Amino acid sequence: MNLALPILVPALPALGAAAGLATGKRFPGLARPLAVLPVAVSAVLAVVVAVQLGTGQSLDAATRLTPTGGPDISLALHLDGFSVLISLLVGLVATLVQIYSTAYLKDDPRYPSYAALVSLFTAAMFLVVYSGDLIVLLVGWEIMGICSYFLIGHHWETEDARSASLKAFLVTKLGDVPFVFGIFALGADAGSFRVTDVLAAATEGRLGHPTLIALLLLGGVAGKSAQFPLHTWLPDAMAGPTPVSALIHAATMVAAGIYLVARLMPVFLLSAAALVVLAVMAAVTMVGSALCALAQDDLKRVLAYSTVGQLGYMAGALASGDRDSAVFYLVGHGVFKALLFLTAGVVIHAAHTNSISAMSRMPGLRKRVPDAYWAMGIGLVALMGLPPFTGFFSKESVFTAAEHAAHGEALTRGVGPASAVPEAAGWIVLVTACLTALLTAAYSTRMWLVAFHGRAAGEPAAAEAAAAPAAGAPYSPEIDEADPATAEPAAMRWPLWVLAVPAMGFGLLGLRDDWLPSLLDGGSLRPTVTTSVLGTGLALAGILIAYAAWRTAGARQAARPAAEGAPADPGRLLLGPVYRFAQHGFGVDRLYSALFVRPTAAAARLVNFLDREVVETYVRGAGTGANALGWLVRRAQNGNAQAYLNALLAGAVLLAVLVAVGS
Amino acid sequence: MHLVYPAVLAALLFSVGVYGVLARRNVVLVLMSVELMLNAVNLNLVAFDAWLRDAVHAGQALTLFTITVAAAEIGLGLAIVLLVFRTRRTADVDRLTVLGDPSEAAPDAAAAEPEGQAA
Repeated sequence: MNLALPILVPALPALGAAAGLATGKRFPGLARPLAVLPVAVSAVLAVVVAVQLGTGQSLDAATRLTPTGGPDISLALHLDGFSVLISLLVGLVATLVQIYSTAYLKDDPRYPSYAALVSLFTAAMFLVVYSGDLIVLLVGWEIMGICSYFLIGHHWETEDARSASLKAFLVTKLGDVPFVFGIFALGADAGSFRVTDVLAAATEGRLGHPTLIALLLLGGVAGKSAQFPLHTWLPDAMAGPTPVSALIHAATMVAAGIYLVARLMPVFLLSAAALVVLAVMAAVTMVGSALCALAQDDLKRVLAYSTVGQLGYMAGALASGDRDSAVFYLVGHGVFKALLFLTAGVVIHAAHTNSISAMSRMPGLRKRVPDAYWAMGIGLVALMGLPPFTGFFSKESVFTAAEHAAHGEALTRGVGPASAVPEAAGWIVLVTACLTALLTAAYSTRMWLVAFHGRAAGEPAAAEAAAAPAAGAPYSPEIDEADPATAEPAAMRWPLWVLAVPAMGFGLLGLRDDWLPSLLDGGSLRPTVTTSVLGTGLALAGILIAYAAWRTAGARQAARPAAEGAPADPGRLLLGPVYRFAQHGFGVDRLYSALFVRPTAAAARLVNFLDREVVETYVRGAGTGANALGWLVRRAQNGNAQAYLNALLAGAVLLAVLVAVGS
Repeated sequence: MHLVYPAVLAALLFSVGVYGVLARRNVVLVLMSVELMLNAVNLNLVAFDAWLRDAVHAGQALTLFTITVAAAEIGLGLAIVLLVFRTRRTADVDRLTVLGDPSEAAPDAAAAEPEGQAA
């Protein structure tokens, strides 16, 4: 294959970003083509690369970048089924998001820099996916982190956006510290940073400290993919523009952690402890985030918590030793979550609020945005996992993987021995995945019903009051200048349908072994009867429970028409006393603030005190002491010549007396 | 004549000069006191010259030098005093303190300045 093609894929958006940043101020007309074209061409090139590579092949090319004295750092490409598949997802979603943004941020004065950052981010993600060298991968990984920081803080006029971007940056960097050490340890043990060498070393058992390496790497994965201890940044990251949420915080960047584990699966299979840790992390993330999603009032926060939970599914699949189903889930989820976020953007534009309870008070929202209404329906059904949508097949493959792992016959697809996966990991993942399937269906249904099927009997509520969110709920508003009265431009509508097609049909590719699975490790991704009955049943049960709760809540509210403020919220009814905690993410933020933020702030205040009051006292003392001496001497110089002469005479007499006495 | 007479006279003259320099306020009188001190020195030079019977009369020669220098000095000094009196309208030594440290001498300078301007 011509090497220029895979090199151009990450290079083009990066060049586009540089050009966009350079010309943004002077030629604002160029910003749109410079944003869309390079990314679109890259997406096409990614398709060409995928077709040329074919199935079951892999491509490696490297040139030594710099000698380090230890393992060399090389600019390496490593293409196989996983990387080309994910690059297709990145290309598709990034192109659509750029097109969508041209309309969504039409009147934004900072659009050129925004578009350039999105392009740069896309380039970094391509780099991570294509890179065959762990250090180069790390470079892309960190560029994504900084782009995410800038894009979350796009509306830096608001306090929310500023603190959210800082939080996202700090929390992901917290995970990246162990990650860097994990990469160094891996490179030192394997004697090379090249992915192929590392994998060969892992297969031959030449790694000295697999558990340590795997656990260190999991730190970075937890930060980037928003898994349990480090997940808190993702819901707050919704303060960024909605297309950014779609691209970065749902479809691609958060998937980088999962991709990395899938890429280095043989290393993780060497350590049962790391797999159990991953399983527990995934389990806590899945159930916790699903409960939180059920209690959120902000449309984007519901989707954010849902993303956290779905990433938990992927981590669970990885903990069960099956990277094929994890990547299958990753791609399917990337498509339908991007779809959901883009529709959420349309709905938010139309309703002029993020709050679903406020949307429920708006008459005729459904008719106002029919595209978004149906596309969001498709996305939610895919998220719930009803057949034959994407979510069904990918979720079934995770179920199957967990079930096999629980029986001690993990589907490692020839990457490692089945016995490498502990049964406990399988059980943990299986049980929590079932519970989460139920909860996912429930919160999806709740969101759909509350947002679009509220009191449709058009009440003449004042627009200002209608747009107010429910009191006390965490809320990530976005500055949005769009006029809610005009219909969305076409650029915001047709990308929805482009994404809706794979959201419906992508899962079918897993049915035949010579379609999607042959691109991956080759095992079957077909759902088994037990798990599909179980999964579909749980999803249906979740839908029914949420529907029943919605009806009950609606009936109760009709009985008490006085309670104007509270809409019929099935989440409040279902969660009962837990609702308050779940709404605030189970107080994890408050816990972190008590454990880390406040001690750090107190230490900073102490250092400040020591500097200002102790160190500076000495510095000031040196100044004031010299000043006081000078003041004394200045007193003598009063300008009276006779006073000087008096002093002179006194001195002379004194000297004379001293000489006379001394001699 | 015994040496003690001119020596005591010179010491008295010098003391009167020192007193005048330190205590008089008028600049002209201060200059005159300086002349007294110089002449006390001259007296000493001549007296010791005679007492020691110096062959080359270095003391008397030096006295001539001193007288010349004193004449020049008094000319210069009176010229300065005249200028100061013209600009400041005063010849009091303890009111001419503008060359002192400004922050300490500020009240004096402020008091002296308007007077000079007004005149």
